[in-house]
Amino acid sequence: MKLDLSPEYEAFRQDVNRVLTENAHLAPGPEDRGMKHPKRLAWQKFLIDQGLTARTIPKEYGGYGAEPDLLKSRIIAEEFARTGIARPMGGQGISMLVPTLLELGTPEQKAAYIRPTLYGEMIWCQGYSEPGAGSDLAALRTSAVEDGDDFVINGQKIWTSTAKQADMIFCLVRTDPNAKKHEGISYILFSMETPGIEVRPLVDMTENANFNEVFFTDVRVPKSGIVFEKNKGWQVANATLTHERGMLGDPNATKARFLELVEMMKAETLNGERLIDNPLLRDRLLKLQGEVYAMQANGLRVTTASLQKQSAGLAGLIVKLQGCELNHQIAGLAIDALGELGILYGEGDHLRADGSWQWRYMYDLGLIIGGGTAQIQKNIISERGLGMPREPKPAKE
Amino acid sequence: MEFALSEDQRLLQDSVNGFLKDAAPLDVIRKIADGDAAAADGLAGGIAEMGLAGLHVPEATGGSGLGLLEACLVQEALGYAVAPSGFMAATVASHVLAQAGSEYAGGIASGDVVFGLALTELASRRDGAGVTAAGGKLTGKSLLADVPAGATHLLVADTSGALHVVDDWAAAPMRTIDRTRIFYEVTFAGQKDLAKSDDKDNALAVARLLVAADTLGAAQAMLDKAVEYAKERKQFGRVIGSFQAVKHLCAEMAAKIEPARALVWHAAYSMDTGDPEALVMANLAKAHLAEVGTFVAKISTEVHGGMGFTDLVGLHYWFKRIGVNRQLFGSPEQVRQTAAELQGFVAA
Repeated sequence: MKLDLSPEYEAFRQDVNRVLTENAHLAPGPEDRGMKHPKRLAWQKFLIDQGLTARTIPKEYGGYGAEPDLLKSRIIAEEFARTGIARPMGGQGISMLVPTLLELGTPEQKAAYIRPTLYGEMIWCQGYSEPGAGSDLAALRTSAVEDGDDFVINGQKIWTSTAKQADMIFCLVRTDPNAKKHEGISYILFSMETPGIEVRPLVDMTENANFNEVFFTDVRVPKSGIVFEKNKGWQVANATLTHERGMLGDPNATKARFLELVEMMKAETLNGERLIDNPLLRDRLLKLQGEVYAMQANGLRVTTASLQKQSAGLAGLIVKLQGCELNHQIAGLAIDALGELGILYGEGDHLRADGSWQWRYMYDLGLIIGGGTAQIQKNIISERGLGMPREPKPAKE
Repeated sequence: MEFALSEDQRLLQDSVNGFLKDAAPLDVIRKIADGDAAAADGLAGGIAEMGLAGLHVPEATGGSGLGLLEACLVQEALGYAVAPSGFMAATVASHVLAQAGSEYAGGIASGDVVFGLALTELASRRDGAGVTAAGGKLTGKSLLADVPAGATHLLVADTSGALHVVDDWAAAPMRTIDRTRIFYEVTFAGQKDLAKSDDKDNALAVARLLVAADTLGAAQAMLDKAVEYAKERKQFGRVIGSFQAVKHLCAEMAAKIEPARALVWHAAYSMDTGDPEALVMANLAKAHLAEVGTFVAKISTEVHGGMGFTDLVGLHYWFKRIGVNRQLFGSPEQVRQTAAELQGFVAA
């Protein structure tokens, strides 16, 4: 056990903090709307040049080219959180497609796509889920039929974030309808400007269209878009899903939300009494604090395991399930503590924190379901973590 | 940065677990619960031989000089085995007395002095009990005292929260749900006050942290037993562990236990390194483990079905260990109140 940093890393932390605070005026704000706003693109380029994002991606593909060092990556993430300065671009292209291409892409694919994606010039969306293929993703039916040098794609995707803005899609399609369900799938890249693609916004309970439905009608795309090999798309997809699960349930973000809740309960009054002075609300707050501290300590354990190139075992498997549930409960307590005013939303004079607690309460429920539902997580924990048997498959009809 | 047990810490864990596996199997625990003095003495003697009493006594006074993190690993192992022992009392006493610069710490390490704890007044003052200190003498009553066999001294909290040491008292057993551990009503009639400390926040935090570690061990044992049972028990032609209804219960237990383990380690490490949040974390660990433990105790029993309710598999010893720990040194609500006060969340 040793939780403080060595002098080398402490110096690195100070450097990162200095670069961020000295250049904070370059960072885009909420008023700089649009994913490709010039200020956003310039900030992204600055952060890559400084090694504060795309840090370990080779220089030849547009990255910073540093040796992998998880502790440094962690320090960078912490300094962005501490200073509150605009983070580097994320999104499914950068966080999921780029690692996949680095591992499995052809030299042509790497050269064509990684650099513009990192620089925010090429936006991607992910075509995985379908109306009939959610938790059972491998049941997907969107078909891709070979025709000369092309595939012709027909079908429908759902839960597609940023489909409206996307230049490109990485998509799972069925290329062999006669193979077993995991063995007839391919992972393919193509342009969202290809004729035959229709995007319809999917409005969710937060009143926003965070997701879309995407329809494909005779969409003709080149075969060269296949990543790895035809009918090997399931392995490729599993490589990216690992990256997504790592993104959900960050304990530092949870702690920041908890501290916001504490400040709100100290500042806000009800019938002349601070919310935190209500013993029932305070007890609920302290109960959540125990969980928040536990998840934070668990996060230290998971990070240590990665640093030592070991599996974190159960401590890693439970992060998505527990972390998303805890975020949801923090938002739930904030709403209860606000009492009647907790129901306000959108705009208005008496709105607290821009209505963000209600927004989080709904959005976090979406995250409990998305990226592998809580029930799927429990299957994974019991089967991979506790060695319990899989549910037997029903006999074929 | 490294948040993991060291090689030495893992060896300590393995050696205590290994010892208890042989020395405190379920049939020995049953004998102790049934009042078999020879079985209780045998286990206590074995634990004494391991030299655990002096684990947290400074090296300068003859102890091992190890921290509360190591003490928590030992207490977790004791909870896993539902083994009664004087380890918690020895550790709390050596922590408080070493900080107060008392000469007793050395006696704890050599085994010449065996401490018990009568600290209930720190958490719960009651009608019909209460201890007053005046003119160098203690009078009154303390409830649910932890008095190991062969205890020579007691660390006593008076009703104002000050701590004292006595070497004489009258004790009457108090029957609880947990028959493996005996708690006492202790009475003082003007016994001489041998040493004092005012560090009640620390004393309570250490006691609560060790209870949290004990519950962690007991909860891990209940999860292990549930998983093992679910892999063997067959109904409807298949092992019940293949039903999602059962698997998900086991996953929920594991999902709560893993972060709770990290919290106990982190709180103990913070106490050892003097982190400004150490007392808050120790109290949060106690309250959180009380909740996680209670959940696991209920759910593991349900996974065992009717067998969990019987005396045949003995699962109830762990259920009761966790139930007693939940209330000891304060219920979760009381402990969270302490944590709130320590953070200035409670208006003066």
